[in-house]
Amino acid sequence: MNIHEHQAKEILRQYGVAVPRGGVAFSPEEAEAVALSLGGEVFVVKAQIHAGGRGKAGGVKVAKTPREVKAIAGRMLGSKLVTHQTGPEGKIVQRVLVEEGIDIARELYVGIVLDRSLSRLVVMASTEGGVEIEKVAEEDPEAIFKEYVDPDIGLQAFQARRLAFKLGLEGNPMKNAVRFILALYRAYVESDASLAEINPLVVTAAGEVLALDAKMNFDDNALYRHPEIAAMRDPNEEEPLEVEASKYNLNYIKLDGNVGCMVNGAGLAMATMDIIKLAGGMPANFLDVGGGASVETVRNGFRILLSDPNVKAVLVNIFGGIVRCDRVAKGIIEAAQSVDIRVPMVIRLAGTNAREAAQLLQNSGMNFQVAASLKEAAEKVVRMIQ
Amino acid sequence: MSIIVDKNTRVVVQGITGKEGSFHARQMREYGTRVVAGVTPGKGGQKFDDSVPVFNTVEEAVKETGANVSVVFVPPAFAPDAIYEAADAGIETVVCITEGIPALDMVKVYHYLQKTRTRLIGPNCPGVISPGKCKVGIMPGFIHQEGSVGVISRSGTLTYEAVDQITKMGLGQSTCIGIGGDPVIGTRFIDALKLFQEDEETEAVVLIGEIGGTAEEEAAAWIKAHFSKPVVAFIAGQTAPPGKRMGHAGAIISGGKGTAAEKMNALKEAGIAVVESPAVIGRTVAQILGK
Repeated sequence: MNIHEHQAKEILRQYGVAVPRGGVAFSPEEAEAVALSLGGEVFVVKAQIHAGGRGKAGGVKVAKTPREVKAIAGRMLGSKLVTHQTGPEGKIVQRVLVEEGIDIARELYVGIVLDRSLSRLVVMASTEGGVEIEKVAEEDPEAIFKEYVDPDIGLQAFQARRLAFKLGLEGNPMKNAVRFILALYRAYVESDASLAEINPLVVTAAGEVLALDAKMNFDDNALYRHPEIAAMRDPNEEEPLEVEASKYNLNYIKLDGNVGCMVNGAGLAMATMDIIKLAGGMPANFLDVGGGASVETVRNGFRILLSDPNVKAVLVNIFGGIVRCDRVAKGIIEAAQSVDIRVPMVIRLAGTNAREAAQLLQNSGMNFQVAASLKEAAEKVVRMIQ
Repeated sequence: MSIIVDKNTRVVVQGITGKEGSFHARQMREYGTRVVAGVTPGKGGQKFDDSVPVFNTVEEAVKETGANVSVVFVPPAFAPDAIYEAADAGIETVVCITEGIPALDMVKVYHYLQKTRTRLIGPNCPGVISPGKCKVGIMPGFIHQEGSVGVISRSGTLTYEAVDQITKMGLGQSTCIGIGGDPVIGTRFIDALKLFQEDEETEAVVLIGEIGGTAEEEAAAWIKAHFSKPVVAFIAGQTAPPGKRMGHAGAIISGGKGTAAEKMNALKEAGIAVVESPAVIGRTVAQILGK
């Protein structure tokens, strides 16, 4: 799960990670009020959307007075922000973060992520702050310093010191950076994050070390033990059909093509998308209805994938193993009768009782095309839209 | 021959009285697996289906029945504890079916198991089957056939699809391992390949990967250096968009890394037969084996 920058900073603050003073605002008036409460002479107004590259796209502005903060927030809120991560459709700004201005001396990078090949957390630091870390990793991997964490003992102070020294810090900034990195690690572990990225991490003219920006993602599988984080989910940042699907425990992801698909199992669902493309079509979605493919999930699945106006034909691919295909076929017929299906549909059922299932589908009086193999199913459905 | 499980495997089902556990315990028994014990804390002393003794602890189950492989059907919040308990009791292989275990819990489990003799398969996997001998998991037994093709996969139903194709080509499988769709898993492609390398019965291996992580690239390098048998590979998610989790917790292209194209290239460069279409896995294996 992704959250906004202001939410990430609230979490980090609770763990003692230094962040600039500031507050979120949903209206120009609220933005002005936050600025007034902060005081000072420089303010920063930051558009809150779930995408990077906001600065270059005009989503981060400096203001000198609370009134100017109000004016900037007024222009940002409700406007569409297009960054290299949002895609051309952009995202509507619905909240802004108002912060105190920071006197920046150096911009650095620190991040924590799971290293999947070692099954360990890795803390990464770099002097190349403000630049995309993937770019640094590609162009100058030596510029990224790494500390791997032993899960038995957690990140140790000496490791944080080693990173701080490699970043060229000394004296108070070094001590502040060590405290920062250890607190960030604790925030990551105790909130079951899947990514924490502080880019840039800044050293101020006074030697403070602060998270100027903060990005945190969380492990969906661990949200059950963090209800306060689960509550931070902002449905405005997600595809409406995906939000709808998640209510029914369906794994649905909207794509750009016009062949809708419904499959049991994530791997087979991806493989089905792939074969649609190989057959000359483009998948409109990823939809995994689960291994069992019950009538209820199939019905909800149809409803959701057909809500996408781009869908011109549907491919259903179910491998019935333990769950028998004739039962799945009955479920499909029942679900199809209760949902208004106006596009042609190819159904491929494989596994237990596949032949009986094909009979049931053919005799159902519905406009189903039955396919015996994966290849045949993909070719048939693509032919229908050509 | 086969790997990990065979005719002598004695299985204990952790969570045998639950809905999933009881259903699949019956399915495994029907397949011919020797399910010798079940464990449900608090239900020790009962008999499952009037024949399989249920114990309070894995330790007792091992002591009383000689169980050497466990299969875990326990909800995600309690599954790590079930794995630790099995390892503590000296179980050789723990097959964890459970989906949804937090990744940081699995990091601890993984490192704990490195210090034991216990092998973990999964979590979030269909299990392992040596056709005709032993099935430990939730896969449909009847699509399998005893034979010489080893299968290693991060997926469930896509593995069934591949197995079905292999069987329909008149070939069979030595052992099929679902290694699981999570970012942290107990047995990886390379671990399974090492076992298949040593297995005389296995003549070829089908490797089914998907987007996310670098396990396929690592496997490609290892195969090139150490593996002597032919390999056919398919990578799911060639059309998957970046930054989206495709159902499995581990199936995500992040920071532009973990794409199907990268994995397919790495495998091709290692001399592996990479198929673009999931529909030709079986046929390609048959061609390579000259059958």
